[in-house]
Amino acid sequence: MVLSSLAVLVIDENRIRASIIEAGLREAGHQRVTVVHDVAGIARRIAEIQPDVIVIDLENPNRDMLENMFQLSRAVKRPIAMFVDRSDQASIEAAVDAGVSAYVVDGLRQERVKPILDMAVSRFNAFSRMARELEEARSELENRKVIDRAKGILMKSRGLSEDAAYTLLRKTAMNQNRKISDIAHSLVTTAGLLGPLEDE
Amino acid sequence: MTAAHQITAGFMPLFDSAVLVAAGEMGFAAREGVDLVLHRETSWANIRDRIAIGHFDLAHMLGPMPLACNLGLTPLASETIVPFSLGLGGNCVTISNAVWEGMAAHGAVSDLDPARAGTALGAFIRERAAAGRDPLRFAVVHPHSGHNYELRYWLAACGIDPDGEIEIVIVPPPFMADALAAGRIDGYCVGEPWNSASVSAGTGHIVTVKALLWRNSPEKVIGARKAWAEAQPEALAALLRALHHSARWCQDPANRGELAALMAQPGFLGQSTEIQMPVLTGHLRLGSGAERNVEDFFVPFDKAANFPWKSHALWFYTQMVRWGDIAHTPENLAVARDCYRPDLYRAALKPLGVALPGANAKVEGALKIATPVGSAGASLVLGPDGFFDGRIFDPDQIDAYIGAQRPG
Repeated sequence: MVLSSLAVLVIDENRIRASIIEAGLREAGHQRVTVVHDVAGIARRIAEIQPDVIVIDLENPNRDMLENMFQLSRAVKRPIAMFVDRSDQASIEAAVDAGVSAYVVDGLRQERVKPILDMAVSRFNAFSRMARELEEARSELENRKVIDRAKGILMKSRGLSEDAAYTLLRKTAMNQNRKISDIAHSLVTTAGLLGPLEDE
Repeated sequence: MTAAHQITAGFMPLFDSAVLVAAGEMGFAAREGVDLVLHRETSWANIRDRIAIGHFDLAHMLGPMPLACNLGLTPLASETIVPFSLGLGGNCVTISNAVWEGMAAHGAVSDLDPARAGTALGAFIRERAAAGRDPLRFAVVHPHSGHNYELRYWLAACGIDPDGEIEIVIVPPPFMADALAAGRIDGYCVGEPWNSASVSAGTGHIVTVKALLWRNSPEKVIGARKAWAEAQPEALAALLRALHHSARWCQDPANRGELAALMAQPGFLGQSTEIQMPVLTGHLRLGSGAERNVEDFFVPFDKAANFPWKSHALWFYTQMVRWGDIAHTPENLAVARDCYRPDLYRAALKPLGVALPGANAKVEGALKIATPVGSAGASLVLGPDGFFDGRIFDPDQIDAYIGAQRPG
């Protein structure tokens, strides 16, 4: 099948994200996918792979180096145009928003490349969503720990039951229009400043 | 209190982003009613692309980069203007210890003199060529950078062909010292603190500096998206005033410690304060124990350092033509001439009553000593601004200048 015969090179130092993109490309029928995590010696790899499309993450500081390499076209022996199409502003914005950039061999028609970039964009978004959710879960756990500590402080210093301590935290949060975790954070910090109170 | 203007700006981890960083962090922007949101970027390509698509309103940029954008040399078409210059000087040429030994055998000494160093380097390059060894590999940070053009200018003026006798590659600034230490490159031209980083590590030697190649020469600028600048003239003017106050603060020796501590934070440069002192004092350690004071090594404010001279843009343009980036045509020349915007700088700073140059361009390299010049408001002293080879760039004689630099 002609459509899937494009050679795609994915350069991403984040291995998990790179493998997610690779999987997506293979699912879409692209069999000639190469993933590179380290840009050292990339010129030789590009010459070997002869990619039609290069997908790279924007966090990679070596973008300047790569672009220059393409311009000199020594490494690839073919002229390279960047991004999908200069005029396709929406695609470019979506790509940069997601943190991905695609470099395309000149002469390759846009409609053949766009699905690859679109796929990369959606996978990048999925990855960052995943990372965000993980972060949220982590901070949720962190907050729960802080609330427990705050409850403990209140129980000790005010002689409250656990329920009463939680109710007091919640009431204070409601009165001040803040989150319970924020109130708990301030309480723990204050207790820390006052020292012995917590350690008694 | 909510700020009157919100401005999003990108910067690269280099010391010459200090004026922009300090404008946000030391309260100068807030005082002008600007909420300045700073984003550290990892590559110049990102800075360029994120301005082009509107993520950033403006950014810390390489001086020739906005020209490259407007001349269609970049992947994304975008009109970028330069209303403010972030300073003069600040770069060095650093080489490996092995190359230094080779140059020293041909008469180089640790005095930073560009002509003497260039002659020694040329002799060493030819000695290597005669022995059948690979050409030396030098790195710069970006093709459309002051670094690329000043390195080439220096080499060519010393009789070295930068395209034939050496190889020039691109390496991101924070990787330069590592690349040199690992032997992937033999030398590089970059802004501070990435030269002092190699000297400090004992793996490199500073052979010359931008301030001696072309004294008081332009380096980084504020590049702003033209569409944004036109839609938000008041926001831009407020920011330019904030940058003016910030630059003045950065120049003041009394603030060196505080500025170095600010830049040392992980979100900005993330390098020790010690390694930033050379750029602030001009007292450089060159390697192998040699030290040298360089006058006007990095100038963030004095000598009209923030004025976006059209002659600076036009000099970059002549070098783009010289090295084959672009053809010399009336259309391209007009694009280059319109890129830097002294009119916006003047309009924004006029209410402050500060010294503003009367002209938009000047003859570069003509001032041998510091010279007071015609200005509105307070008095203004420029220069000295000489090129090390004694050449003069007259922006009214562009054809002749380009003709004289044509190879062959």
